[in-house]
Amino acid sequence: MRYRYFPGCTLKGQAKSMEDTTLAAAKAMGIELEELSEWQCCGAVYPLYEDELISLLSPVRTLAAAEGEPLVSLCAACHHVLKRAQELMQRNEDARKKVTDHLEVEYAGEGRVLHFLEVLRDDLGFDKLKEMVKKPLEGKKVAAYYGCLLLRPSKVMQFDDPENPTIMEDMIRALGAEVVKSPYRTECCGAYLSVTEEGVAADTVQRILDSARRAGAEILVTACPLCRYNLENCADNEGKTPIKVYYFSEILAEAMGLPSESAQDRGTKEEVPQG
Amino acid sequence: MPRTGVFICHCGTNIAGTVDIDKTVEASRNFPGVVHADEYRYLCSEMGQDIITKAIKENDLDRVVVGTCSPRMHENTFRKAAAEAGLNPYLLEVANIREHCSWVHKDMEEATPKAIALLRAAAAKAALNEALEAPRLDVEKRALVIGGGIAGIQAALDIAEAGYEVDIVEKDPSIGGRMAQLEKTFPTLDCSACILTPKMVEAAQHPNINLLTYSEVDEVKGFVGQFDVKIRQKARYVDPVKCTGCGICWEKCPSKAPSEFEMGLSKRKSIYVPFAQAVPMVPVIDRDSCLYFRKGRCQICEKECPPQAIDYEQQDEIIERRYGAIVVATGFDQLDPTIYGEYGYGQHPDILTGLEFERIFNASGPTGGKVVKLSDGKPPKKVVFIQCIGSRDKARGMNYCSKICCMYTAKQAILLKEKVPDAKSYVFYIDVRTGGKGYEEFQRRAAEEHDVAYMRGQVGKIFPEDDHLVVRGIDSLTNRNIEIKADMVVLAAATVARGDAPELGRLVGINSDSYHFFNEAHPKLKPVETHTAGIFIAGACQAPKDIPETVSQASAAAVKAIGLLSKEKLQGEACTAEVIQSDCSGCLNCEAICPYTAITPVEIEERYKDGVLKRTVAEVNPALCQGCGSCAVTCRSGSINLKGFSNDQIMAEVDAICLQR
Amino acid sequence: MTTETGKSRLIEDMKMHSGQDPNGCYQCGKCSAACPVSAALDLKPHQVLRYLQMGLENELAESKTPWVCASCFTCAARCPRDIDLARVMEGLRLSILRNRGGNKFGPAELTPEQLEKLPQQALVSGFRKYNK
Repeated sequence: MRYRYFPGCTLKGQAKSMEDTTLAAAKAMGIELEELSEWQCCGAVYPLYEDELISLLSPVRTLAAAEGEPLVSLCAACHHVLKRAQELMQRNEDARKKVTDHLEVEYAGEGRVLHFLEVLRDDLGFDKLKEMVKKPLEGKKVAAYYGCLLLRPSKVMQFDDPENPTIMEDMIRALGAEVVKSPYRTECCGAYLSVTEEGVAADTVQRILDSARRAGAEILVTACPLCRYNLENCADNEGKTPIKVYYFSEILAEAMGLPSESAQDRGTKEEVPQG
Repeated sequence: MPRTGVFICHCGTNIAGTVDIDKTVEASRNFPGVVHADEYRYLCSEMGQDIITKAIKENDLDRVVVGTCSPRMHENTFRKAAAEAGLNPYLLEVANIREHCSWVHKDMEEATPKAIALLRAAAAKAALNEALEAPRLDVEKRALVIGGGIAGIQAALDIAEAGYEVDIVEKDPSIGGRMAQLEKTFPTLDCSACILTPKMVEAAQHPNINLLTYSEVDEVKGFVGQFDVKIRQKARYVDPVKCTGCGICWEKCPSKAPSEFEMGLSKRKSIYVPFAQAVPMVPVIDRDSCLYFRKGRCQICEKECPPQAIDYEQQDEIIERRYGAIVVATGFDQLDPTIYGEYGYGQHPDILTGLEFERIFNASGPTGGKVVKLSDGKPPKKVVFIQCIGSRDKARGMNYCSKICCMYTAKQAILLKEKVPDAKSYVFYIDVRTGGKGYEEFQRRAAEEHDVAYMRGQVGKIFPEDDHLVVRGIDSLTNRNIEIKADMVVLAAATVARGDAPELGRLVGINSDSYHFFNEAHPKLKPVETHTAGIFIAGACQAPKDIPETVSQASAAAVKAIGLLSKEKLQGEACTAEVIQSDCSGCLNCEAICPYTAITPVEIEERYKDGVLKRTVAEVNPALCQGCGSCAVTCRSGSINLKGFSNDQIMAEVDAICLQR
Repeated sequence: MTTETGKSRLIEDMKMHSGQDPNGCYQCGKCSAACPVSAALDLKPHQVLRYLQMGLENELAESKTPWVCASCFTCAARCPRDIDLARVMEGLRLSILRNRGGNKFGPAELTPEQLEKLPQQALVSGFRKYNK
């Protein structure tokens, strides 16, 4: 299994651990992720204003660079932008012509655009993944936190049932951990409001954490660096049961018996103030 | 040369306001063959008709052209007026100078020449009109009612009372339908079963009514007055003649399946009657769950049955019968709210649909009539009702209003207060719609006297937390976010067409709208007729409706059926297709396109040189032909003519318009 | 009392660029019930649509709501009238920025600590959402 791979900015910075653990796990599973030779920031948010074509230049350039091969990303925001840009290129001929003319590339919306979790589910299969697990995460109570960008809008993302997704839970189960479901797993964490409206993000994050805690979760996994930042930094958890927040890839690596932030570094790192 | 008379109607100012009548009359006098022209304010009035009748006699007219409204409105009126004067009615031609002219133009300068052109075309066509006779058709004095709910029962009773035989085909083991599942009915709070079961029994006992339960329609052929129907009576595996309905079989039966009647909230046995007042009181064996049919052993029902009525060898039986009229009354389904993941339906036992909650109230329901939560058997103290689940939703549900939910929710909230006096209920609504006698008053009673908190707004999410359900909504009148820790949530799921409605529609030959509700022939003036003569619709298979409306519609459909059955002979369609067999190449494209199966191949013999040549050509059965004309336009050799609309007549019209200037 | 003010440039721009027609809304409030930051909004999402229907440009331009919306798409996912409210909010943000001028947020407003800890994704998206 061979894929073109788009890391995105955050994975080369704050979320380096997501990239490292994914690449290590992928290698162990025989999944080849070949980083695009040249890439730029996806733009982080998909432009919702019809005339904002300039914001599409970067993602479309990335899509074209995959040369029709399956293109994988890990960061939920990058995947969201790439997938929606692809859908626009398929749907809107006028936008496609303007953008590709400007970029001087040929791209008509071809190629699979995948999140790594979809590779695990659809191409590898969770049954196969289960067989590959070396160190099952037995006894760990893990809750998935999906957030927004992978799921919505579901007609475009086609990632999972937007209200009752199962892909992360299925992965957690395959890794041998106990699945804990929290009703707030598909609710927004506040995204970039943590920059501008800290109080609002604090409320949304608090609800998500309290709900996971109530459901009995010890670990929360996410595929989005911003979700993780918010979950770790925006809420007041004084005196409450600790909950650790990991990238999905970190528990994946751990279960594969590979070095993972969660298994090693985290223990020595400052405990996230969830507790 | 014909002797044609032209009559132009003012239609008050409808036509005269935009068409210069005097000019039009003068122009008409110059059309080829026209010997008389006149005008009148309202030609459709009795005075107007008299003018035509007299003129025909006085001027010895043999063709008549009327310039009036659409032939859909008054063609019959004028044909009768012509017949009054002894003229064959098909020698009259209507020029539609209202809908096709005066109503769509504002300028008299434009409309007048157009009216003249239309009249000239009509006169040219009339010259070629031939006297036609409509065939006289037999009427089978028996009606078929498809669906044994309240609509079907009411229609059948009315038809039977008028003295005609009726068969009710019901796919379930008992008649009764949705109404049998209801606890009480709004706005009077009558017990649903108490008012329905007498009608069920009356239907069963009526000498003119024949119940075919656990049966489905397999095939419908023929036409008005003579529908040939195949009905599949599914194997019950119980001999209805021997069975006494004693109930020992279902008492002893060891295997179970979810009860359809109880909306899956409880189980029934594999040999079962759907509910206690079932009619007929004869059980059926459900093969899918029966141990004997699944594994070849058990046979307890057979051993225990005192009259030995169990018959595992029973087969489906096909009944073939002819009917003069058909009433379709197949009812509705409830939308499955699992498509709204945010409501969590199906993931928690205390999140119910309206119809499910109805069963919770019922004494014979899954909780024995105790209003309790299915999760723990305790009475609910806080119940949230949510309206418009899948109704008025063009994104994920149905764009229409389901009509009954506002009222049954008010009813359920009142019943809840009666059964659990310390319960508090909340109703999230978008608009409260209470059109109907006593409805508004009833809903206001719920809000004012039964402590039902109406919240204008919707719910965004429902999820379980500890021992309750968290309902997060908005009150859009105060613009406050609301969070209710509820014990139970009731979703007013949309009323939708039956899943098999499209298939049944195709089978019976009636069409439906984009939601699969059957179409009436006219939304105002033909509400129970369909586009297929002799087939009528009643109840929620046409659109969501409540019981009073359903019953009214059922009686209306019955009256239409009775009117049809009371005729000795039916007048068929005079304007049917005919094949000019000498020109027909026998390609039979017409046979394929005919929607009424009126065209069949036939072998003819033709003299050819010295011998006789046999070849296949098309033939039209005029009794089946509805005169749609599809065959005529499909025919490659132009060898099919639609009587009254022949190719020559249409060309004459075109020429009359094109050559006039 | 509000008087009719005729067509609003801001609102017409918003409609054109978001491709959304506020008149499709029948005020059920599902968006506001679903919105995760609803409690922090001075105008709830359904009110924003109502204000758009009424042409209340100034009230919309002064509202916090478009700036608190996090584009989580929950409203759009649940709207029974198929209105993409996330696009409406984005349309309002850009129409306001373009018609009324000024950026809402810049790097200067961030503390050194935030600049160090925040994921790149947060900075980029923040700047993209709040600037012309």
